[in-house]
Amino acid sequence: MTMSHEEIYAKVQETLVDALGVDEEEVTEDATLMGDLGAESIDFLDIVFRLEKSFGIKIPREELFPAENLINNAEYVNNGKLTAAGLAKLKTQMPHVDFAEFEKDPDLNKISDLFCVSSIVKFVESKVNS
Amino acid sequence: MRWIWIDKFVEFESGKRAVAIKNVSLAEEHLHDHFPGYPIMPASLMIEAMAQTSGILVGEARGFREKVILAKVTKAVFHDLARPGDQLRLEAVADSVVEEAATITGTITCQNRTIAEISLIFSHIDKNMAGLEFPEENFVFNDQFMNLLQFYKPTGATGS
Repeated sequence: MTMSHEEIYAKVQETLVDALGVDEEEVTEDATLMGDLGAESIDFLDIVFRLEKSFGIKIPREELFPAENLINNAEYVNNGKLTAAGLAKLKTQMPHVDFAEFEKDPDLNKISDLFCVSSIVKFVESKVNS
Repeated sequence: MRWIWIDKFVEFESGKRAVAIKNVSLAEEHLHDHFPGYPIMPASLMIEAMAQTSGILVGEARGFREKVILAKVTKAVFHDLARPGDQLRLEAVADSVVEEAATITGTITCQNRTIAEISLIFSHIDKNMAGLEFPEENFVFNDQFMNLLQFYKPTGATGS
């Protein structure tokens, strides 16, 4: 069954409201999970579990949030920034994410900004409608 | 020493669900302060009881190899009071047990009353925390904690 963007967005919004205890108005498409919505690392697990239940899909955690494995690898990280190889790797792992802003300064501290509501919506869209 | 806050298991289905009993007693000193003249079990200790029940359920599911740590209380709704003399029935159902974590839906009842609904997430910490190292020894499941399950008799007998 195909779901529209709006339907998916509404359900993702509901999931994040429940998982993070935020208000619906705060969950805009460009809100970042950690910066704007106050998510901590364990919340990512919670979000994955809830999305799986809500949409009836399977989500390998590293597929939706792959950065953790990557930042522990010296080949991909140098001096607090992603190397070109690291950036390329992350891009292939996160095709649902917009890298335009991050690419200018691939600082590890900013990696959390990549996880915004719209990237989750795109990810779920690709799973549900595939 | 580890603090044990449930009395025994009465049902246990590996990786699926567990039911434990906690008897509330006026011999528990904190009840005299919570509150003077009106002893009721603190809500936080109901969460603890559910965390111990489900912690063992989650640990057993993977042969007690993981260090299972309570990571998040996803839901804690309290419907009724638990008083001295009450026998609480803590039912924990594992919604999901995966490589790095587990989610639990829990219900606390006393006879026909629903006392609380408590949902929890446990982290298998060696599989999380971005490569941080923890002690080799499994400090979560020590002998004392494991005895709780040892006394459980799957036949339904009360244990001795």
